[in-house]
Amino acid sequence: MSRIGVFTCHCGENIGATVDCVKVAEMCKDIPGVVHSVEYKYMCSDPGQRQMQEAIKEHQLDGVVVAACSPRMHEPTFRRAAGDAGINPYMCEMANLREHCSWVHEKGDATTQKAADLIRVLVEKVKHNEPLHPIKVPVTRTAMVIGGGVGGIQVALDIANGGHKVVLVEKSPSIGGHMSQLSETFPTLDCSQCILTPRMVEAAQHPNITLMTYSEVEKVDGFIGNFKVTVRKKARKLDEKLCTGCGLCIQKCPNKKISDEFNEGLGTRTAIYVPFPQAVPNKPVIDLQNCTYYKTGKCKVCEKMCPTNAIRFDQEDELVTLDIGAIVLATGFKLMKTDAFPEYGYGKHKDIIDGMQFERLASASGPTSGVMKRPSDGKEPETVVFIACSGSRDRAKGVPYCSKICCMYTAKHAMLYKHKVHSGKAYVFYMDIRAAGKDYDEFVRRAIEEDEVKYIRGRVSKIYEEDGKLIVMGADTLMGGEPVVIKADMVVLATAVQSNDRSEELAQTLHVSYDSYGFFAEAHPKLRPVETNTAGIFLAGACQAPRDIPETVAQASGAAAKVVGLFSNDELTREPIVAVVNRQAAPVYSTCVGCFLCQGACPYQAIEQEEIKARSGEVIMTLARINPGLCQGCGTCVATCRTKAIDLQGFSNEQIYAELMTL
Amino acid sequence: MRIGYYPGCSLLGSSREFDESTRAVLKALDVELVEVADWNCCGASSAHILNHELSIALPARILALAEQAGLTEILAPCAACSNRLLSAQQELEKHPEMLAGIEKAIEMPYKGTVKIVNILEVLDRLKDLIAAKTVEPFAKKVASYYGCLLVRPPRVVNFDRPEDPQSMDRMLRAVGATPVEWPFKTECCGAAFSVTRTDIVAKLSGKLVQDAVKRGADAIVVACPMCHSNLDLRRAEINEYLQQEYAIPAMFITQVVGLALGLDPKALGLHRHMVPVEFAETAGVQS
Repeated sequence: MSRIGVFTCHCGENIGATVDCVKVAEMCKDIPGVVHSVEYKYMCSDPGQRQMQEAIKEHQLDGVVVAACSPRMHEPTFRRAAGDAGINPYMCEMANLREHCSWVHEKGDATTQKAADLIRVLVEKVKHNEPLHPIKVPVTRTAMVIGGGVGGIQVALDIANGGHKVVLVEKSPSIGGHMSQLSETFPTLDCSQCILTPRMVEAAQHPNITLMTYSEVEKVDGFIGNFKVTVRKKARKLDEKLCTGCGLCIQKCPNKKISDEFNEGLGTRTAIYVPFPQAVPNKPVIDLQNCTYYKTGKCKVCEKMCPTNAIRFDQEDELVTLDIGAIVLATGFKLMKTDAFPEYGYGKHKDIIDGMQFERLASASGPTSGVMKRPSDGKEPETVVFIACSGSRDRAKGVPYCSKICCMYTAKHAMLYKHKVHSGKAYVFYMDIRAAGKDYDEFVRRAIEEDEVKYIRGRVSKIYEEDGKLIVMGADTLMGGEPVVIKADMVVLATAVQSNDRSEELAQTLHVSYDSYGFFAEAHPKLRPVETNTAGIFLAGACQAPRDIPETVAQASGAAAKVVGLFSNDELTREPIVAVVNRQAAPVYSTCVGCFLCQGACPYQAIEQEEIKARSGEVIMTLARINPGLCQGCGTCVATCRTKAIDLQGFSNEQIYAELMTL
Repeated sequence: MRIGYYPGCSLLGSSREFDESTRAVLKALDVELVEVADWNCCGASSAHILNHELSIALPARILALAEQAGLTEILAPCAACSNRLLSAQQELEKHPEMLAGIEKAIEMPYKGTVKIVNILEVLDRLKDLIAAKTVEPFAKKVASYYGCLLVRPPRVVNFDRPEDPQSMDRMLRAVGATPVEWPFKTECCGAAFSVTRTDIVAKLSGKLVQDAVKRGADAIVVACPMCHSNLDLRRAEINEYLQQEYAIPAMFITQVVGLALGLDPKALGLHRHMVPVEFAETAGVQS
């Protein structure tokens, strides 16, 4: 006969105000098998837990039912306490008197009766519980970082310096991300390339880091500590080992008029190219859409020119499967395009550009070598208008959130422009100036006070072209809504920061949640900001929300610390709530008949085939076996099995029927 | 094709040529217009600022009459009329609780089954036929002027892009004209200030006329009687304000299409304009 203890919690007023807990505790004493039943105000508190532990010892209990809140809240607490008192933790169950009873019903006898019934059900379950033992799984001490921008590079370096292997996957031909496109950075105006490129080289040369550029994650299986990630290495169409990066192929490529992504369409590149001279790795790729050979079947100039014969036109994409212990997402962001703004001409004016295009115009490595020239005719712009919040905080036409980085980079842009064109006039239309950060507001004041940038609080309703000028029609809301008309030579829109292309697809591949704008969701907005809800997958940078460089780098180091912490374990412990195929003595072996319908039903590929052999080595039968490391305990196979050979530990058919029969 | 027709007051008065040219063009294209019998005022610019229920009841009566006549679709060439009809229809869709009161006021049932279309939508459907029947291509540079009511508010009219619309430009290209790139397609013409504050109209419409000429247009093409009045009837005030004699004609889209189809200018009401529809030379700009 079982010796079960029932501990009813008032949860302060939460349960106590609706359920008569004293009466419930009395009623439970009559349940067969229950030898001890008490109630207490806060069962989860230290005295509450101690009371339970003492009762376990005093009454030699072999099972416990805690009638309190949801097991999602405190099951680990009470199981740990039960374990410490000397019984198997899985002999402790929780009856949910709060969410399932007191919060959803009025005070009354029926409610109290229901509370007692819920306990009775769980007592019946505990009678059928078996002691279970946590599953230990090994940890693969290799991390994968997806995204090779400044965030990804920082994560990779921090983990690598912590002594663990890192695979850094980047979809474009070079690491560096958006930061490599920037001219100078706020609030110090130090050169972006000068601070980033050494880190890119460090990442490439670090013995613990493997770079996989021009590669994309295609599939992720497994679980924390034991992911299997399939990466598609897109064909560069050249042998990277032979290529020395001499650049002869690029010089000789006849197809030179292709819009250059790195320069945001303001420059041109060849069909075989490296995105920028400081690219890491410095190995070209062939752009299949634009290469003359792939379009017409003729050309192959690069192949003829290459001194090391590295060009491989027949190279195919390669799929690589890697064993990974933890994944960090650092896939960054994209900017809304200027063609999203009807009132600013649907992107048809060449001199209305976005913030990243301005970065390229201002950059020493850009298409104008850092000389201020407007895109349409190459003239030096005498008047430039900057429009903050283009698409941000715009519920009607854009996104409702603040893009966070624009106030600062717009001040920086206006400043850079004034430094390059001393006689020029710079105007900024803004809604609010959000310059919260170390030395940030001082930076904006500097733009206004020292560089005489004219800040106008108001929106721009329309921009049109007249006699080679862009007529900017706005309002000054600090001057009573006075209309302001500025004849500008160039307009820079601080367009909204958006989640990167295909981020939702990637989130689905990795089973992490994302918000309605495609930004990846953190596990807790305050206390778990770098973790996702999927164990072993972490976040860094603007793939989570708009972020500037200092924040991205800080978060990246945070994510790296989480990964290194995870890798400090030899083994990970998992809940033993997994499915098991029964095994019996010969000659039955199992009620499994080897139909393997379960194998197709399992969403986690956790079911294997096991051969039962005689001593002679002859195969007697083939049975299903469930890999406890892969099983997530969903129970699909249990429902699928025709011979009831599979049971879910902790939720066996026998337990469930016992619960139902007692009602 | 058979389609209901609601001319509204402007097309009987100050913009008779819009009515004449619409009827002439659609007749030439074998479209039968069925005028809604016993139609009333749409409420225009007055009703909706005075009494919300009245501003819905007036268009609702027109729509109910069209339903009774078995029409599924009505053409309202006047931009203000079509705007009011659409507004009323959507308001009743959104607030079915208003229906009983409205039906009582108009003394007839209202179902809301009639689709309201503007002249550009009808012409667009007939675009291929128009192109095929064009005998005298309108080989001029034109500024297509949509004004405000045709494309706004976007959620009510749900027609074309509210900034830089394209439907009229497409039609004009189909009859051989070359639309100029023009930022003022939907700028305000001064609207109903035509009567009370002609100085404001002179300033606002003046900006339109001046810029259309500057961008090389030979004609301004409109699809709204109010726009036309301001650009044509008030030209004297505009010219006085700008201190220059602007002779660029303002034409209805139906007149341009009519000319391209080879219809008699008189049947299109061209002689009714204050600014004569004359062109210095045949520009022949169609490339």
